[in-house]
Amino acid sequence: MALGLLWAPEDADQGPSQRIFYLHVPVALTAYALFGWGAWKALRLLWTGREPYDLESYTAVHVGVIFGLLTLVTGSIWARASWGTWWEWSDRQLVLFLILFLFYSAYFMLRYSLDPGPARARISAVYALMGVVLVPVSFLAVRLAENFVHPGPIVTRTDPQLPGEMLLAFVVCLAGAAALAATLYLNELAGKRLDARLRELREALG
Amino acid sequence: MSYVGDVAALARKDLLLELRGRETVPAMVVFAVGALVVFRFALPGEQSEAAKGLLWVAILFTALLALTRAFAAERDQGLLDALVLAPCDRSAIWLAKAVATIAFLVLVEVFALAAFWLFFGGLGVAALAAVALADVGLCAAGVLLAAMAVGGRARELLLPVLFLPVALPVLVGGVGATVTDDPARYLGFLALYDAVFAILAWAGFEYVVTE
Repeated sequence: MALGLLWAPEDADQGPSQRIFYLHVPVALTAYALFGWGAWKALRLLWTGREPYDLESYTAVHVGVIFGLLTLVTGSIWARASWGTWWEWSDRQLVLFLILFLFYSAYFMLRYSLDPGPARARISAVYALMGVVLVPVSFLAVRLAENFVHPGPIVTRTDPQLPGEMLLAFVVCLAGAAALAATLYLNELAGKRLDARLRELREALG
Repeated sequence: MSYVGDVAALARKDLLLELRGRETVPAMVVFAVGALVVFRFALPGEQSEAAKGLLWVAILFTALLALTRAFAAERDQGLLDALVLAPCDRSAIWLAKAVATIAFLVLVEVFALAAFWLFFGGLGVAALAAVALADVGLCAAGVLLAAMAVGGRARELLLPVLFLPVALPVLVGGVGATVTDDPARYLGFLALYDAVFAILAWAGFEYVVTE
């Protein structure tokens, strides 16, 4: 991932600051994928009623929030580098991630305020499903809000047509971010399963 | 009983309870009008455009007040378990609660909008339509969230945290319909929000209250 970051050709008008693109966008896409994965596991839980899906869904959202925070940080740095402000309300992606970050922060509060058990699993699952519905709705809302919050010209993103080398670097970074997410997810899941097992054994002994 | 009959009976129970106890609606009215008075002093100079935006903040928080109280009676009396055991579709509980909350909210907004008209000037037809559409969306999603929060510790604190990110699109649609020249898009967006979250809450409520 770092290789792709250093090796990619510089953008014509943005210069070195453009390199954060290779970190920001893959991390953002990975965060979406993790939220989607969490919702998929939540749906499976409601469908089948099998307990393990709860932990899988929770872990996916957990890692997703970490990636979401990383997106906010890198996005903020990018905004600083290219527009001179740490926060730019006209950056749709960034605003959307702020809303999602608030939403999924509430997920943890909800989880920790409920007693463990099947009821908590189901409530968390419904909330996680609400998240994937909220993504497109909020995206639309952020776009619509620009009309009255930001009457000026809208800053357009870099041209989506990337030249070959840049595209390769981007794909490598995306794969890197996805691999990192998968590793973290499996690691966390193993840890949480171990925790749960330990608790069961302790209860059996005590 | 039929599904509609169940919903009507449950909603009637909530409305009767409020009619006899008068616990929630008067407090909401005073809160909404008080909020508008506070906004008058929070805005420097004559800014009726900004006041229109703040009206939506008042609506959002008034709805939050209603939702915090939505399951209060059930929780205090341990009624939720009894409702779940009742031989009716559980989504009927959600629908009845949403209908009752919408009724409260509309009643409060009659007073709040009159106060707004008095303090800041009138609103267009589009704004009133947006308020009606927003009520449906806020209550549809809000009752589901309230049912989630009611079983938790610190539930009064939890609901606002859950509610604000979900309610944000409603605020965008409402403010857009109130201040822009082209309200149709925003009204359409509000209607879309209502439909999406009504379906989600209708399908998801069963899993939230099952014990």
